[in-house]
Amino acid sequence: MAINLDTALGIHAQTLDFRVERSKMLAGNLANAETPGYKAQDLDFKAVMTQINAGMEVGRDYQTAYRVPYQTSADQNTVELGKEQARYSQNAMDYQTSLTFLNMKISGLRSAIEGQ
Amino acid sequence: MSFGEIYNIAGAGMHAQTIRLNTVASNLANAGAAAENPDDAYRALKPVFSTIYNQTNEGKAAGAHVEVAAVVETDAPLDMRYEPDHPFSDEQGYVAYSNVNTVEEMADMMAASRSFETNVEVMNRARSMQQGLLQLGNK
Repeated sequence: MAINLDTALGIHAQTLDFRVERSKMLAGNLANAETPGYKAQDLDFKAVMTQINAGMEVGRDYQTAYRVPYQTSADQNTVELGKEQARYSQNAMDYQTSLTFLNMKISGLRSAIEGQ
Repeated sequence: MSFGEIYNIAGAGMHAQTIRLNTVASNLANAGAAAENPDDAYRALKPVFSTIYNQTNEGKAAGAHVEVAAVVETDAPLDMRYEPDHPFSDEQGYVAYSNVNTVEEMADMMAASRSFETNVEVMNRARSMQQGLLQLGNK
């Protein structure tokens, strides 16, 4: 019986990559919190999961979308610092979660290989 | 994965905020400066931020860097004070002082240092994410 690493690791490798790309977007939003006219962007996790669930091949060209702010500012900047910080923090935790799942998968594989 | 890009974005943010703090320091230092004629008077400096989108081969989404496009002088009116005994006073007895608004500068300074800290936190978090990735599969 051959072990295919890609299928063994499941979707966690894909979600890990998504989390890194998303944290890049959010870091950009935080860096531009005071740039006039900057429009905050984000990546849509739900869209990626829908694609995966539909059995589609998911590449790395994630869809970006602009954020709809709760309040508009005079300089047309749509970054809301507190909310953006919260998203960045939550995204980092989701990344840790994916990492933990991957680690569990790997230790499961190791047990299988070592036969213990 | 583009961890390098995250460091670049946070670094660009820190750089932009440092320049902003520099202008604040310069403005506050020259807050009470008088000039012999209004054309030579110190005018408060303000940085203008703009966004640069940097597309990398890995990952299609472009990272949004920030840069200081220009540092401009504000055109707020100068502080003309009536001081006939001042050596710099003109025929009417007025002296041109810089147009720096100290209260505004203090608020700007706090905003700039908070922004700087935010970028430092972004970088720290990205580092711990990458460290976690490096330890993947360790027992």
